Amino acid sequence: MSKTLFDKIWDAHVVKELGNGEVLLYIDRHLVHEVTSPQAFEGLRLAGRKVRCPERTFATMDHNVPTDENRMNITDPIAKAQIDALTENAAETGVTLFPLGDDRQGVIHIIGPEQGIVLPGMTVVCGDSHTATHGAFGSIAFGIGTSEVEHVLATQTLRQKKPKNYKVEFTGKLQPGVTAKDMVLKLIGMIGTAGGTGCAFEFCGEAIRNLSMEGRLTICNMAIEGGARAGLVAPDQVTFDYIASGDRKYAPKGEALTKAIAEWKKLYTDEGAKFDYELMIDVSKLAPQVTWGTSPGMVTDVTGTVPALDAVPEYSPADVRAALDYMGLESGMKMTDIKIDTVFIGSCTNGRIEDLREAAAVIKGKKVAKGVRVLVVPGSEAVRYAAEKERLDRIFVQAGAEWRYAGCSMCLAMNPDKLKDKERCASTSNRNFEGRQGKGGRTHLVSPAMAAAAAIHGHFVDIRELL
Amino acid sequence: MEKFKTFTGTVAGVDRANIDTDAIIPKEYLKSIKRTGFGAALFSDWRYNDDGSDNPSFVLNQPVTAGAQVLVARNNFGCGSSREHAVWAVQQYGFKVVIAPREGTIPAFADIFRGNCAKNGLLTIEMTSAQVDAIFQTLEKEPGVKGTVNLEAQQVVLHAAAGDQAYAFDIDPVLKNKLVNGLDDIALTLQYADDIAAYEARHK
Repeated sequence: MSKTLFDKIWDAHVVKELGNGEVLLYIDRHLVHEVTSPQAFEGLRLAGRKVRCPERTFATMDHNVPTDENRMNITDPIAKAQIDALTENAAETGVTLFPLGDDRQGVIHIIGPEQGIVLPGMTVVCGDSHTATHGAFGSIAFGIGTSEVEHVLATQTLRQKKPKNYKVEFTGKLQPGVTAKDMVLKLIGMIGTAGGTGCAFEFCGEAIRNLSMEGRLTICNMAIEGGARAGLVAPDQVTFDYIASGDRKYAPKGEALTKAIAEWKKLYTDEGAKFDYELMIDVSKLAPQVTWGTSPGMVTDVTGTVPALDAVPEYSPADVRAALDYMGLESGMKMTDIKIDTVFIGSCTNGRIEDLREAAAVIKGKKVAKGVRVLVVPGSEAVRYAAEKERLDRIFVQAGAEWRYAGCSMCLAMNPDKLKDKERCASTSNRNFEGRQGKGGRTHLVSPAMAAAAAIHGHFVDIRELL
Repeated sequence: MEKFKTFTGTVAGVDRANIDTDAIIPKEYLKSIKRTGFGAALFSDWRYNDDGSDNPSFVLNQPVTAGAQVLVARNNFGCGSSREHAVWAVQQYGFKVVIAPREGTIPAFADIFRGNCAKNGLLTIEMTSAQVDAIFQTLEKEPGVKGTVNLEAQQVVLHAAAGDQAYAFDIDPVLKNKLVNGLDDIALTLQYADDIAAYEARHK
């Protein structure tokens, strides 16, 4: 019988059917960070249970770590307690930890691929909704809650019902300057933030095939913003080349890799396999995207205007009004007239080396606009080293930007990097919710190139005009 | 998870509908690395004065009901956020049971809260409005009254001065089995440890 890629991987991980559509699903990789894991480890301890597979469990500290020079000196007592707890829990249970200060520390969804921890055909979970990122390898990856974290620690399985299959085909070729981030923002704008609820997206088509691994990671990362717990891309030569390149400690090498690739080549959706939903998006005329509201679905072309209250199909006029009030915008304003005072380049969405290269290419030899604060935060220490080797850090610093150490930073304001009330940020992160980047802060989601262009001009500009 | 055994304890009533998770445990208490220690924060906005002292008029601060193990409230208990901390707070205060009435289409308990209770071994009992009205009347006359909760017999008995009052209830048999046998999801899954090991052996 013809099967989708998702169903193939799912079926291969069913340990047992539990009835009522529920299965016991085996989990190949469990990624752990400091914020959602302490209670799970404590629960295990209270019940006298052990971590079943410490060798399948990898942890780091990312959400609440400072990213400045003084990062090892954590002054927030809660953040420190969470970090200390993870250190102790990892030591006690034998889980691999990349602690603050380690060369491999970074945002969990950046280091998983980078270290070769996540590979095609795997099931991957983490107590974080952006776990969907890892689907870019052709794996089933999704976020879980604290009770489920404990369940995976204890049993290396989860009780799950299979989601529906939703095919998103991106056709055509992107124009120069238009990126994976614009593709996924466009998708979310079309289907809304609940459009993929109960589903797993499979991203396919010419425009996906033409993307690098890093671009695919960006798209899968934001599957959750389209309501789907998971999104995935069938592995191909791009995937295999990525895994074979660089210093990926946990990836197979040599003959083991050749054997693995032969297996991974079976990971695709069969001809004639049925999807529950299908959507086709032509990207050949896609413009760079900028969000204007307080939900990732509130997005438009950079060439467009802030919409009228009744002109947004996925949101009620009242929702749009509330969003515009919060954002301090008026319907009809040109997107390119929106002035920003902060730029954040980083996060699990856009904190990889290609993202930094993309931003650096725009900023090179220019100066940041007067009064604009620019934070460039590599997604991992390995990305930081790579960027410094290419001297990207100098490009940013000479332009007037701040060059930081790895962490989640201003994506979620759980650490010292925050927006102040009414500050307006062009951000390469994934959520523009009220207060997400700091209480009262106003977030516009964009690609790294668009963020860099906004940094130089002090307002949004169509990156295509600068090329 | 501990097995749910028949017990006799003090019954306390909070006569309100729609008690939300923010009322059960305000969000400033969520910043913790522990799964324990939330009992002191239960109902903190009602239980404590602004200066942190006990509010003597709140039911749990009255000597006869302090340390109660059976909580009675009105419908839609536990609505609001999905925070598991709300369940931990109710349970760690010492409650083993929460009783609330279904009123037409309005549920006794919010869905997520009820699910989280099941994961943590806190028994949620749905009764009729008439039953809960009768319990509140008894509590008003006899604060600090004791009750016996027998899950196997699906019965709550209030030991009122004028004689015992029995209240029967229905419960999902799967949930009942989990609670009576102390099977949390992890324990249930660990029953399949052999299947998991066999899967691992096949995929070496």
